[in-house]
Amino acid sequence: MNDIWSGLQAAFWLLVTLDRDLVEITLRSLQVSLTALVIASVIALPLGTWLAIRRFRFRRAVIAVLNALMGLPPVVVGLIVYLLLSRSGPFGVLGLLFTPTAMIIAQVIIITPLIASITHQAMRELWAEYHDLLISLNTSNWQRIKTLIFDGRRALLTASLAGFGRAIGEVGAIMIVGGNIDHATRVLTTAIALETGKGDFALALGLGFVLIGLALVVNFAIHVLSRTEREGRW
Amino acid sequence: MVDNMAAKLENVVVERRGKTILGPVDHQLAADGCTIVVGPNGAGKTTLLKTLHGVERLSQGRVDWGAPEQMVRQQQAYVFQSPIMLRRSVRQNLIFPLALAGVPRAEAAARVTQWAAKIGLAKMLDQPAPRLSGGEKQKLALARALIRDPAILFLDEPCANLDGRSTREIENLLLDVQATGTRIIMTTHDLGQARRLARDVIFLLRGQINDHGPADRFFAAPASPEAAAFLNGDIVE
Repeated sequence: MNDIWSGLQAAFWLLVTLDRDLVEITLRSLQVSLTALVIASVIALPLGTWLAIRRFRFRRAVIAVLNALMGLPPVVVGLIVYLLLSRSGPFGVLGLLFTPTAMIIAQVIIITPLIASITHQAMRELWAEYHDLLISLNTSNWQRIKTLIFDGRRALLTASLAGFGRAIGEVGAIMIVGGNIDHATRVLTTAIALETGKGDFALALGLGFVLIGLALVVNFAIHVLSRTEREGRW
Repeated sequence: MVDNMAAKLENVVVERRGKTILGPVDHQLAADGCTIVVGPNGAGKTTLLKTLHGVERLSQGRVDWGAPEQMVRQQQAYVFQSPIMLRRSVRQNLIFPLALAGVPRAEAAARVTQWAAKIGLAKMLDQPAPRLSGGEKQKLALARALIRDPAILFLDEPCANLDGRSTREIENLLLDVQATGTRIIMTTHDLGQARRLARDVIFLLRGQINDHGPADRFFAAPASPEAAAFLNGDIVE
């Protein structure tokens, strides 16, 4: 209980004094996770919608694989991305290992199946509702995807926020590919892991509370910006 | 524009899970007027309508409108029994088919205003369409179908579950568009409605066209005992 109280105090002082290191790693956490979220959403939203409207051979197998990939172990993703980006790997020449870009790549791989899978579930229901109308209006596949994404945007917001939640709280993969280098690749989660290892539980907890607060603020901000609550559609 | 909108069904068969839903049908429909399709539940009325519209997968045969399918589909519109509302405002629902057709914004806005006034929803343009009443939804679905000035309009029991006032408003709208030359093909369970609107009537039974003729003749002297029994209100299977 003392540790939790000390953690709360630490979080309070870190925030009140606008600790420079805290601001730096918080901004880096946001930069990495939001960039990964945007890239993953651009891939996953149309992919999940396309899977909902298209009938093709092995479709069920593709959906099953996608669902299975939701549980992709981040450490394994980190290891694979590490091997691909290391000097001896196929993309070693790009020099991306231990950079925020490598962390973004790993997070995109982790959250894309999650967002695509939730999107597929939501779009499947909307497609069942719209199917006859959109077929009757002789729409192209691309017009169908655009219509479903636009009209299902609230469900897709939930899918994206689930992806953001996973990305911002992820530690295994980004620790491996980022290296937790101070002033370079250190983010909130890797800093928490480091402080815990050092035995500074209060600071680790403080950073943890900041991380939780950050996730809440981002979720709330996105809901406010997308005006979900104004139309009574929570 | 397709000049001749006569449809020719050539040996059309629709089967699902080994069961024949429609056909075999060899038949020709006139190029104008209002054709009403009647028949008991499960007779294949909706399947016939969807077949004519080109959205039903045929097991056999073809429907020939005398023009390439894409061209014909662009001149057709379909109103479903349960109106499908896009999760958007009334205005956005009306704009949707125009945007798909690439109609310029100014022209689309003018048409939306005109049609919203026609269906009595001018003051509800910014309301979410899914929150409208059943009658309002069906009128909006009809306006959305007609806003592109289709040459052929299919309606699948458009007045099912509507009150008398909404039914009358929709029928008046249909009479108006029919007067402008729009071809109407419609299913209904309401024989009174069929009498009010039909120029010719198709009686469908067990996936087959059992009787087809001018409305006056059909109601006065049906060509088959099954059609006569149906008009008498007997149960026909």
